Amino acid sequence: MKLGFLVDLNLCMGCKGCEIACKVENEVPLGSWRLRVKYIDIGTFPETSRSFTPLRCNHCENAPCERICPVSALHYLENGIVNIDNERCIGCAGCMMACPYGAIYMDPETNTADKCTYCAHRIESGMMPACVVICPVQANIFGDIEDESSHISRYIMEHQGAVQVRKPEKHTNPKHFYVGGGTQTLDPLAQQRLEGYNLFNNITHLEHVGDPNHGVIDRFLKPFESHEELDNKSMMDFASEGAHEAEGGH
Amino acid sequence: MVEHTVSATQAIVTLDVALPGIIWGWMITLNMWAKSVGTGVVLVGAFLLWRHKKEELPGIRWTMPLISFVFLNIFLLFTLTDLHQPYRMINIFLHPHWTSAITVGAWMASLFTLLISIMAVIGFFEAHPNVRKNCKLANLAREKSALYDKIFPVAVVLAVPVTLYTAIIMAESAARELWQTPAELMQMMWAALMAGAAGLVFVSDKWSEGARRDLALVLAISTFFSFMMYMGEYFFSFKSAEAEATLAYVHAGGEYNTEFWAGMLIGFVAPFFIAIGTMKSDNKTLLRFAALLALIGLFMAKDVWLKIPQMLPLS
Repeated sequence: MKLGFLVDLNLCMGCKGCEIACKVENEVPLGSWRLRVKYIDIGTFPETSRSFTPLRCNHCENAPCERICPVSALHYLENGIVNIDNERCIGCAGCMMACPYGAIYMDPETNTADKCTYCAHRIESGMMPACVVICPVQANIFGDIEDESSHISRYIMEHQGAVQVRKPEKHTNPKHFYVGGGTQTLDPLAQQRLEGYNLFNNITHLEHVGDPNHGVIDRFLKPFESHEELDNKSMMDFASEGAHEAEGGH
Repeated sequence: MVEHTVSATQAIVTLDVALPGIIWGWMITLNMWAKSVGTGVVLVGAFLLWRHKKEELPGIRWTMPLISFVFLNIFLLFTLTDLHQPYRMINIFLHPHWTSAITVGAWMASLFTLLISIMAVIGFFEAHPNVRKNCKLANLAREKSALYDKIFPVAVVLAVPVTLYTAIIMAESAARELWQTPAELMQMMWAALMAGAAGLVFVSDKWSEGARRDLALVLAISTFFSFMMYMGEYFFSFKSAEAEATLAYVHAGGEYNTEFWAGMLIGFVAPFFIAIGTMKSDNKTLLRFAALLALIGLFMAKDVWLKIPQMLPLS
């Protein structure tokens, strides 16, 4: 069995339901994304079109992240999923440097690398990934690409010539396919990123990677921190909140 | 003209999430820089000991491993500090993944540091017979001084892969096309020779004039070839679209452009000419100045080359 993913961009309407489902299912922290939907505008007004491209881990057959991981925290499952073991990850960020698709992030809560696992925990129980279940137009198609009778295999065969992967020149052999995409939607070098492309604010780059509230020294001290002071009474101690915020905490 | 209107011909991202900024920052630059000094002094020291008699290089048997020891520990400290889970570093030894250059490098660097530590202890107590006369470790080191000469060739050979493995990590970083293996391997090698020569200049006060001339020669050759490689990469990386897009972050001006050219002038051009000059005049002060400039400039150049590929949107 080799699991694969296909997104039909002709069907995707950019509702971001998959983003939210992924966030909820995997408890992805604020500011981090395992799956995101990018909006791309093409053309000049009034002849413009908007394209929506869901982006997630490509679960490459020849995954650079797996190769560079020094402790095998990133590893293959038998079904082809590139999984990650947060308990083993040392947080070197080598995988973030290696992934050509920018699909890996540093979890600010665990201080370890994380990414889409095709909801491996759900698949283990015979369920579909959360993003597949939630998609209102069934643009996400998931299944065994080694099984010729599976939905995804038949979809690929029916759309021969229109099935694409991102950055094939990297020889990563992605197991994530797109139908209805093009260079303008799948190649980031073919797109312009103007300041303020994020509709809701002007934050275009994260200033920090990893735990934003704990500096380098804290990484060493945190495992020895006592939590004895955290009882019901301390939760009502609002007096110290000001100091916490002054140190950059929420 | 409509074909020049970007919106007519090119896609524009109108909504996306914030992208990660610099992931490997100044700590990794410091890591690479310190490793260049730590391995370079051993390589250049071996070259000097091959070219000259020991008597012409008083103190080199303990100053060379001591400098190496200090800088290797800076390198290891910042390698550890840059990890988001520093205590899990042990996993590299408990669960090694041998396809990773990080793993291979960590093992080699640890072995190299062990050998250099032994050499530093033996070299120091051998050169200072009156220090800690009653200390068991000091006496053991003096008794086993022959071990130094057995370890040294192994350390010299090991210094080469230890200095080069970071280039393989960069090669494995498939997302960053600016880092091409052959170029990075050579840059790491030149950086080690440059930093090694510069490091040894500071302890060469009592060495023979010929030895200092050799140091200046190594410094001049390494700065020259490293500079040429940077220029080649900077101006002529036409074949890779991603490399060209990456270099646009320096070509377009701004802080990285300033840092790059300041690094080139301070660390490569100026030390080259000063080193050439001191080969004739044997001006110790000027040579020390050139060494200091080379070390500063090398850090700046490495810093720019490390950071700019991380600014490119990957998806």
